[in-house]
Amino acid sequence: MKKIKIKVNGKVKTVLNNSKLSDLLNNLNISIKKVAIELNQEIIDKKRTSNIKLKKDDKIEIVHFIGGG
Amino acid sequence: MGEDNLKKDKLIIAKKKFDSRLIVGTGKYKSMSECAKAIKLSGAEIVTVAVRRVNISNKNKPLLMDYIDPKKITYLPNTAGCFNSKDALRTLRLAREIGGWKLVKLEVLGDKTNLLPDMIETLKTTEVLAKEGFKVMVYCNDDPLMAKRLENSGADAIMPLAAPIGSGLGILNKINIQIIRKQTKLPLIIDAGLGQASDATIAMELGCDGVLVNTAIAKAQNPFLMALAFKNAVVAGRQSYTSGRMSKTLMGNPSSPIEGII
Repeated sequence: MKKIKIKVNGKVKTVLNNSKLSDLLNNLNISIKKVAIELNQEIIDKKRTSNIKLKKDDKIEIVHFIGGG
Repeated sequence: MGEDNLKKDKLIIAKKKFDSRLIVGTGKYKSMSECAKAIKLSGAEIVTVAVRRVNISNKNKPLLMDYIDPKKITYLPNTAGCFNSKDALRTLRLAREIGGWKLVKLEVLGDKTNLLPDMIETLKTTEVLAKEGFKVMVYCNDDPLMAKRLENSGADAIMPLAAPIGSGLGILNKINIQIIRKQTKLPLIIDAGLGQASDATIAMELGCDGVLVNTAIAKAQNPFLMALAFKNAVVAGRQSYTSGRMSKTLMGNPSSPIEGII
């Protein structure tokens, strides 16, 4: 199957073309409850990650809370 | 205010009630467990947290939420590291998405070395956030006029600095803090620049509703003892403020009666 390059948190990642955002999150072992996700600078509804197909050059940001003042 | 009334003396922010008037930051600790223990000792019910990228290459990195339960302690997401309105808005919209957080701390900095706030960007951002339904606690300069503008823009708490972030210099402009106290009914919380527990007492004696501390606890030689010291200092300051201090006189006034001296 064709592979595409995307960026996740600034790092290039290769995934299968037409794979879903939910697949990526599963692969990265990310607990969806503790994060927020942006796809190409737009916030994604976390309930809909299995409806979103990844495309070439997509930019994904996955953020969470860390210690800060 | 009697002892019973002091128990009812709550900090109220955006209609939510808190017993502790000490808010603490969760940054700069040696470890997550040190941070969690210091927070517990401080008695704080609100902690500030930062929004950052998940480390996707190290999945086993400890998570803040595993150490500090957001169901028990109110997370206050901040915009630390944002130097303009756009980045601050993006950060807080993401923070809200993580788990429905609406109570947020806005800080838009203007200079990378002194870390003083850019009040023009801060004001603009406050307005947008308030319209989007956020409850915004705003880090700001100790400037009464700017504080008033923030209030008019929909801020839920005014949080003037004591001194630059992480400087430990203590309250530099007590008069301005008092002027802000006089003009606003919003929660007034001293944020940034405190160095030791007595600084928190002074803030409370000036009439502030609370203090926000990070570095002074995290970078103390003994963070646990300092967390406890800040807890007590805030309580002492609040009690001192609400009890109403005596008036000052230039000359001495004997404590023992003159009458009956032999």
